[in-house]
Amino acid sequence: MTTDLTLDNPRTPHARTKRGINWEKWGWIYMRVSGVLLVVLIFGHLFVNLFLGDGVNQIDFAFVAGKLADPFWQWYDFALLVLALIHGTNGMRTIVNDYVAKASIRRILHAALLSSTAVLLVLGTLVLFTFDPCPAGADPELVASFCEDIL
Amino acid sequence: MPAKASGAGASSSSATIEVPVPRRSLIPGGTLYRGNEGMWSWVLHRITGVAIYFFLLVHILDTALVRVSPEAYNVVISAYKTEIMGLGELALVGAIGFHALNGLRIILVDFWGVGTRHQKAMFYVVLGVWLVLMIGFTPRHLMHVFGG
Ligand code: HEM
Repeated sequence: MTTDLTLDNPRTPHARTKRGINWEKWGWIYMRVSGVLLVVLIFGHLFVNLFLGDGVNQIDFAFVAGKLADPFWQWYDFALLVLALIHGTNGMRTIVNDYVAKASIRRILHAALLSSTAVLLVLGTLVLFTFDPCPAGADPELVASFCEDIL
Repeated sequence: MPAKASGAGASSSSATIEVPVPRRSLIPGGTLYRGNEGMWSWVLHRITGVAIYFFLLVHILDTALVRVSPEAYNVVISAYKTEIMGLGELALVGAIGFHALNGLRIILVDFWGVGTRHQKAMFYVVLGVWLVLMIGFTPRHLMHVFGG
């Protein structure tokens, strides 16, 4: 198969060649809507985890368990996971389209982006909602203080 | 000198519109798009976007270790507390900060009536706000990383 790259002249009127949903348009809108939400979510994420308290030094299992025991942070992190991963993947798709001229390589890279995103979305969601902050038999030194009553 | 542009094609009316001459760039260099604020903001947006994307892949995996065991999570997260990684986190926060602020600039260029006309000024606003945020974050983070 040869690479077939034809460009219309400037000012050529827009011709709708396909019926149905305009996915490129919705991708474009998604980048902007998710971008605005991500500004708020990522700022809060960095502020709480990396700025308040002891910064990066405070992050360990007990710290994360303390957050994820609260449905607020579960849903906060879920929104972050979904919005950022799909935004990033769609952005990478744009970059692949820009630089990869060969259709077969482009298809391979698109498939890699799609499959890795699907795996990480499922994995991240499972972790967020099946997480046990006080796992049975865990070292009491390593878990959150509220686990005392349970372990 | 203001350039004259006439409507495209035969179907439009013969009225001419005044197109303002583009303002001179503060950055010396190429013409039009090339080598100016518009290009550099795009280059930085692209590079930071890719960098953040690959970090996000790793970050989802390291966080998933909370589902394995407290020990596994703590061992891997301790790698983030070294001095080299501390500097890496600073770079990452800087990259995300630029991408976020410039992303808002892109959205304003797209949706704000006079956005395109102020895209250069908005690029310097992005750099200014970015600098303020980094001045707020950097000393505190370095104190966490290098003790103090
Ligand atoms: C912090 C809030 C963020 C905002 C406001 C934002 C905004 C944007 C905007 C407006 C675009 C341009 C889309 C287009 O031209 O159609 C974009 C592209 C992109 N973003 Fe983000 N983004 C944010 C966070 C992220 C995150 C967390 C990632 C990584 C996971 C990411 C990765 C990318 C990539 C790879 C591109 C494509 C760059 C290109 O085409 O040159 N962004 N972003």
